[in-house]
Amino acid sequence: MRNRGTLSLHIPQPQNRPGDAPDFSSLQIPPAGALERPSIDTAARALAPYAYTLIRVLDEDGRAVGAWNPRLEPQLLKKGLRDMMLTRAFDEHMYRVQRQGKISFYVKSTGEEAVNVAAALALEASDMCFPAYRQQGFLIARGYPLLDMMCQCFNNVRDPIKGRQLPIMYSANAYNFFTVSGNLGTQFPQAVGWAMASAYKNDDRIAVSFVGDGTTAEGDFHHALNFAAVYRAPVILNVVNNQWAISSFNGVACNEEATFAARAIGYGLPGLRVDGNDFLAVYAALQWAAERARANLGATLIEHYTYRADGHSTSDDPNRYRPADEWQAWPLGDPITRLKQHLIQVGVWSEEEHQSLSDEVATLTRETQREAESIGTLATGSRPDKATMFEDVFEQIPWHLQAQMKEAGV
Amino acid sequence: MTAMNMIQALNSALDVMLAKDPDVLVFGQDVGYFGGVFRATEGLQKRHGPTRCFDAPIAESGLVAVGIGMSVYGLRPVVEIQFADYIYPAYDQIVSEAARIRYRSGGDFHVPLTIRTPYGGGIYGGQTHSQSPEALFTHVTGLKTVIPSNPRDAKGLLISAIEDNDPVLFLEPKRLYSGPFDGYHDRPVQPWSKHPQSEVPDGYYKVALGEAAVVREGSALTVLCYGTMVHVALAAAEASGIDAEIVDLRTLMPLDIGTIVRSVQKTGRCVVAHEATMTCGFGAELSALVQEHCFYHLEAPVQRVAGWDTPYPHAFEWDYFPGPARVAEGMRRVLAS
Repeated sequence: MRNRGTLSLHIPQPQNRPGDAPDFSSLQIPPAGALERPSIDTAARALAPYAYTLIRVLDEDGRAVGAWNPRLEPQLLKKGLRDMMLTRAFDEHMYRVQRQGKISFYVKSTGEEAVNVAAALALEASDMCFPAYRQQGFLIARGYPLLDMMCQCFNNVRDPIKGRQLPIMYSANAYNFFTVSGNLGTQFPQAVGWAMASAYKNDDRIAVSFVGDGTTAEGDFHHALNFAAVYRAPVILNVVNNQWAISSFNGVACNEEATFAARAIGYGLPGLRVDGNDFLAVYAALQWAAERARANLGATLIEHYTYRADGHSTSDDPNRYRPADEWQAWPLGDPITRLKQHLIQVGVWSEEEHQSLSDEVATLTRETQREAESIGTLATGSRPDKATMFEDVFEQIPWHLQAQMKEAGV
Repeated sequence: MTAMNMIQALNSALDVMLAKDPDVLVFGQDVGYFGGVFRATEGLQKRHGPTRCFDAPIAESGLVAVGIGMSVYGLRPVVEIQFADYIYPAYDQIVSEAARIRYRSGGDFHVPLTIRTPYGGGIYGGQTHSQSPEALFTHVTGLKTVIPSNPRDAKGLLISAIEDNDPVLFLEPKRLYSGPFDGYHDRPVQPWSKHPQSEVPDGYYKVALGEAAVVREGSALTVLCYGTMVHVALAAAEASGIDAEIVDLRTLMPLDIGTIVRSVQKTGRCVVAHEATMTCGFGAELSALVQEHCFYHLEAPVQRVAGWDTPYPHAFEWDYFPGPARVAEGMRRVLAS
């Protein structure tokens, strides 16, 4: 006789909900420096174990250890620290600006600064980035003007994208930063196409793209991996696993037996899983993947294991779906604190210098905000010329849009 | 000049552009070594090399997305979706991405992408090889939609589409690939070689986007149509003896409103004909425009002849397809009122 047991439907649940004491004891975190750094021409199949562990460089005392240590000059590390601190200050500032009703919406990247900044610094400025909506640190690290970012958020007359999009949906062609969509995951296979074009033209530039853990459930995520693998596209595909997709924990996007990095294995790609709060580990992983891509060895999927310290956006209250103090309990710490500790540990930084830098980035954001606000905000009625509303739909304005312009009185 | 069928003309357009512009790439399912299920890309890989014309995974969203990424790099990719019926997985990439990237980036990026796809019925393809989804795309602002009706136009329009700096959906009436099908399914198939528009200029030339063609001058009424229905309307005019003026729109977006208005103001009566289902079809837009622009010249309400509002039914191909008898009936309705 066959066993005719009663079936039951499994609905995944996160370990911690509001009111629970945060508990991350089940996370398996290998010590820093424990892993070998394989040569860039290692076959994808042999790299499978890297999808189930964590590449870590900074240990608990702030020392950089092991084969993945990228051995960066202090000057570059200080730039990384400054860019991360500037990103955090910018986020804090714009969050308050939204709360004051001066912009409609905002998305912070608090806790994820190392992913964006280290990725930007590990690549060439000419490499093309296809971002999700939480890559402001990447743009800041590339030196894009804060004022332009703020004017975009304010949708004022100097908004580089003419008031067309919600705040944070930046576009910066001159900085090789693709227009942010807002539709999830669409940029991932686009990045693969860009990389294929670069390879077709025998260029030396590569592409990099980012999605969140939730977006890996979208079909375009899988299309990107497959096309990247089939055509050996020079692209670095990053999953920022910040544990939460608005209120859905990452177990809703991926069965907890697997990891996001392991998605690469079935496609024949290397999948690296990295401590996303470790600036040096993120840098090292991107550097490895970039070397591999530039050597015509194809794409890499990197999972950045991190934690979204704040809400998804200004439109949700994370305390309603997770413990309020979960971020404090996050075992991989704060990426800024960890890099600061490292710089102090190697003797090139001090608490005083850190405080002074902290003050500097706060002043810079405050003054830039003052300047942006003096240009205007959507709330005060400053916005691009109304006639521009009908531009850029097509290269030339067709007759029916011209008729509508007339009707709209422009 | 060379006599060509529509497939040969499309192949010639791709061949010319691959030779002319190293930034043109052609790819899609089965388009590389094999040359496409309809043979539109036959010989291109051999002539231009495997990096210029190649096979792609069966993933329409991925295909279009990769084309967008290549466009952003600066190439002019031509993507083939094997049947228009399979384009829906790519809808997000077409609607939310290709069509909006110029606008949403404030003109910072643009997408010179061409998406070729065979559409329409008359081939016993059932509901997965016969659809006419043009209205789902003409409704999307930022996207151009082109439908040729003969080999000469097909080549010139495709070259224009590839050189256009906006994304273009290029819908190919697959029943016309091998001949100017007029809807008489029970008569011998006519080859293109007997049709004057099968004389295709050699080499490079363009037929401008956004320009309709009056393919038959007449005084009794105007038929607005495109693709296969151009030939059906011509047959209907001949069979009924009605002196219809037949306008081949050629480009649905942007639409040549001038030619439409001139014709309808002259005839005072208008029939709109398409294979696609009637409700919310492109004919609804045409009817509204004719009403807005020609109301005081109209002698009768605009009549629509279209596919019934059902999925395309395999065993009822010719009960479904709006053939010459139905178009002629539409003409008589517009003349009777």
